[in-house]
This record gives sequence, structure tokens and C-alpha cells, in this order.
Amino acid sequence: MTLATIQDAPPAAVSGGPDDAVLIVDHLTMRFGGLTAVGDVSFKVGRGDITALIGPNGAGKTTVFNCITGFYKPTEGMIRLRQADGATYMLERLPGHDVNRVARVARTFQNIRLFPQMTVLENLLVAMHKPLMRASGFSLAGILGLSGYRKAEAAAIDKAAAWIARIGLTHRADEPAGDLPYGDQRRLEIARAMCTDPVLLCLDEPAAGLNPRESGELNTLLRLIRDEFDTSVLLIEHDMSVVMKISDRIVVLDYGIKIADGTPEQIRTDTRVIAAYLGVDDEEVAAVEAEVGLTGASA
Amino acid sequence: MEFFAQQFINGLTLGSIYGLIALGYTMVFGIIGMVNFAHGDVFMLSSFIALICFLILTTWLGLTSVALVFLIVLILAMVLTALWGWAIERVAYRPLRGSFRLAPLISAIGVSIFLSNFVQVVQGARNKPVPPLVREVFVLFQNEQYTVTLSYKQAIIMTTTAALLAGFWYLVQRTSFGRAQRACEQDRRMAALLGINVDRTISLTFVLGAALAAVAGTLYLLYYGVVSFSDGFVPGVKAFTAAVLGGIGSLPGAVLGGLIIGLIETFWSAYFSIEYKDVAAFLILIVVLIFKPSGILGRPEVEKV
Repeated sequence: MTLATIQDAPPAAVSGGPDDAVLIVDHLTMRFGGLTAVGDVSFKVGRGDITALIGPNGAGKTTVFNCITGFYKPTEGMIRLRQADGATYMLERLPGHDVNRVARVARTFQNIRLFPQMTVLENLLVAMHKPLMRASGFSLAGILGLSGYRKAEAAAIDKAAAWIARIGLTHRADEPAGDLPYGDQRRLEIARAMCTDPVLLCLDEPAAGLNPRESGELNTLLRLIRDEFDTSVLLIEHDMSVVMKISDRIVVLDYGIKIADGTPEQIRTDTRVIAAYLGVDDEEVAAVEAEVGLTGASA
Repeated sequence: MEFFAQQFINGLTLGSIYGLIALGYTMVFGIIGMVNFAHGDVFMLSSFIALICFLILTTWLGLTSVALVFLIVLILAMVLTALWGWAIERVAYRPLRGSFRLAPLISAIGVSIFLSNFVQVVQGARNKPVPPLVREVFVLFQNEQYTVTLSYKQAIIMTTTAALLAGFWYLVQRTSFGRAQRACEQDRRMAALLGINVDRTISLTFVLGAALAAVAGTLYLLYYGVVSFSDGFVPGVKAFTAAVLGGIGSLPGAVLGGLIIGLIETFWSAYFSIEYKDVAAFLILIVVLIFKPSGILGRPEVEKV
């Protein structure tokens, strides 16, 4: 009865979930005029976990992401980010660039947003702008070529080179990022996000458009991030081969409402999730709802 | 031949000034895709700032060392004009960011009109002269009829332009600030998500553009020894033309474009008629843009389908 435990939890499901959470989404609601894109969604992202956010098209997954990363100001609700040292940030109150600079949340988009005319290496160095800027004394020392800045620059290049090696692009480091094949651009985006030293990495459909081999490489990269870095991952994904293989926890949205939250095994057998994904005929709705205990709950 | 050489030197000098102003146009365009039509008037304003600083230093404080006066005037003009640049961006452009594309352009024209009228009101409409600062010349070549000279002023202008071009090229291509600038140019929101303070990067670009205009303004004053409130318009338009000709967004292109416009103008005045020098310069612009719409050194926009 794993299903029942999820269903019976009160709407404030924040109390459940992983104990040490890096991200706590609390009663998040986002309305656009009369349309409620996300309605009262609560979930947690465990520290060091890979958490997947899934759901049919239009379920509100990207809206949740946009709220977390400061693109949208939520209509209601709180989004808290807790760093390992206990510092907590209210993400919905931070201005755009501080979501990354201060709270250390990084994200990618459904479409590729590399800087296409900059080289692979430069794309990664841009992500280290903040520490470099500080070391360079806001460019003054950079122009004068002072040793402190040179050291910081060398350290940044080393770090970028290590990431380029991890995604296997060392031989193309000086080519414009726009010239890379699609799968490489995807992984370069993730590497760039990682160069900002995030505590939370949000990936919006990282496997979209990848072939099976590239998708396998992506899985390897994501596992490496989880195992070797202090970064928790929250990803939106439609490719179930990716989701089921690498996720520690899955949150399912449908029509802007959370319908399930659990381990891959729990989700795989969840009737509501199956209903949401496969759809059911109108006549069967009552039957399915009875089965998942919805009618009972609302009565 | 001697005449040609002399005109070549004069053209290079004029072109260097255009190039310096064009650098400011091209940097601002590069980062926010907006033509800062007020830039020519910022240049004129900086000339006045330099003039005032010069008069204070020489008549009130009684400084006599030419090099020292020039250096202090240059630094003061750069700092004060940079402040103006920052304020203009803050007041006239930043509130319009995210508005439709034409809005900041119209605002820039407004700032341009404001600056020239402001200077006209507070400084008067007459030309303001300064006594010639540097009179020494190098004699490069001499025969009975003709002497080819390169004045110290011309040498200062050319070397300053070359040094600033090199410095700014390094800044944009090699430093972290330059990478942030290019990132903002290509995708502002993504840059913000990577922790770059986009507003500050844009502000700094305007400040640098204004400081460059101040260098050009000070050199202009040094070279011509006179400035008036309406002096922003024509050099501004010429420099904008230079930036477009060289490929807007490209720093070496801006200086190259400036040199070409300067040379065409000078040679046309020397060999044909001085009245038609502007026609010649703009004609070349039209011809180049017909055959190479992105300018001489500009990258063509490649749209991936």
C-alpha cells in the first residue's frame, strides 16, 4: 500500500520526503491570469539525490523550474534552499543573478543556450566570472596582468579543463560551442552549470533529442555529478529510460498538481501515474478514482 | 608625392579620432544591440569638460608643464565623462530595457538633444578656443617646395588610438569582464543564470564607452583648439558611419572604419572639393554596405534552420 501512504499524506506533503533536504518547495502556486499552471505543489529534493520531476505535457514542470530559478515570482508559496552549512535562502525573493551567485542554484533549459560564438573553454570560464571578477579587482588587475589574477585565471582554466575532459571534449576545447554536435552541446551545458559550483542543479529535459548512446553518456555524467560532487540534481525528463535508471526519487505532476512522490519502484506501480500517462476513458474515471482512493478522500 | 604623404598623415589623425568615438558606439551596440545616438554629444560634452579643466589648471592654478596639464586634463575628462555615461544609462536607458526595441533609440536621440542644448545654455553658443598646447613638429621630409611634417599632436593622437584599441581588444577577448560582456551580448538571461550581474556589466560598458569618448574629446580639443556645442553631431554621425563600415560590434573594425572615413574625407578635400567631403565619405559607406552588409570586419549573421 505504498500508494495509500502517499495519497493519505495531507497537502502539506513537505513533512514527508527525504530528511536532509536541499530544496523545499512549499505550497507553490503559480497563476497566469485565470490559469493555474501550478497549484499548491509541495515537495523536497534530498541532499545528494537525483530527483526527477515528471508528468505529461503541460503538467507545469517547467513552471516549477522557472519559479525555483527566479524567472517567475510565484503567486503563492515558498521555495527554500538549504545549503550544507545550514544557510537558508528564500529563492522566490532573490533577484535573478543572485539565485546563482548567492544561493548557488544552476539550471539548463529545454533548448540549448550555450554562447554559440564563444569557444568551449570560454563558455565554462564565463560560469566562473564571479570568483575571477573578484580576483581581478574588477578587471583592473586583469589588464595589468597582476600575479593574483593570473593565478585565479590559471585555476579557473584548470577547473574548466577538468570538466572538458570529463565530458570528453578536450580535442575541441578551442572551437566555437555552436559547432559541436547536439549531444556534446547538452553535456557542455551541464558542465558549464557545474562550473558555478551549484548546490542544486536543475536540468530541464537534458535527454531531449539525444540518441541512445548520447543518452547513456548523459546518465554517466549525471551519476558522476551525484557521486563525486556536493551537488543535488533536480531534473525534468520525459525519457523514462533515463528517469528510472538514475533517479533516487520521483515527483509526478499532472495538471499542475502533484499526484505522486516516491522512489522509482513506487512510481512505476502507481495507478494515478499510469492513469495520467496513459489516460483513461470518461466512463472509467470513476473506477480508476475509486481504485486510487480519490473519491474516498474527497468525501 | 609630398602633398599626398602630408594628406595621408592628416587623414590618419582625423581617422584616429573618428575611430576612438566609433569604439564607444561599437561596444555599446555589441552588448545591448542599441545604437547610442547620444554618444556624439557625450564626446562634445567631454571636450567642454576638458576645456574647463584646462582653463582651471592653467589660469587658476598656474600649471605650466604641458605634459602634466595634458595628463591631468585627460584623466579628469575621462572620470567626469564616465560619470555622465553612467548617469545617462541609468536614467535614460535602463528603465527602458525589456521595452520594445525602438524605445531606447528614441530615448538616445532625446539625450543627444538634451546634451547639446544643455551645453549651449550653460556654455554659450559661440566657439570656445584654447591656446595651442603643443606646437612642436617632426619634419619627416623636406625639399625646396614642400615640407612633410608630423606634429606631436598628430603623433599623440595616433599612438593613443592604437594603444586604446589594443587595450580594449585585450579587455574584451582575454579578461573575465570581456567574457561576461560577450555572454551578455549573446544571451542576457543565461548570463544572469551563470551569476553574471548583467546590469552592472552593461553600466560598465557605458562607462567605458564614455571614457573613450572623453579621450577622443580631449584629443579633438588638443588638435583643433576650438569646440562648440554643435560639435557632437557631425563627428558623431561620422563615427557611427565608421563603426557600421568596419562592422558594428567589432573593435578593430571601428578603428579601421574610422581611418577609412578620415582618409577619404581628407583626400577628397585635398584633391577635389572640400564642400563634397561628407558626400564622398557617406557614398563609400553606401557602396560598402551594398556589397558587404555586415561591414568590413563584421561577422555575417548565420541563421541556423
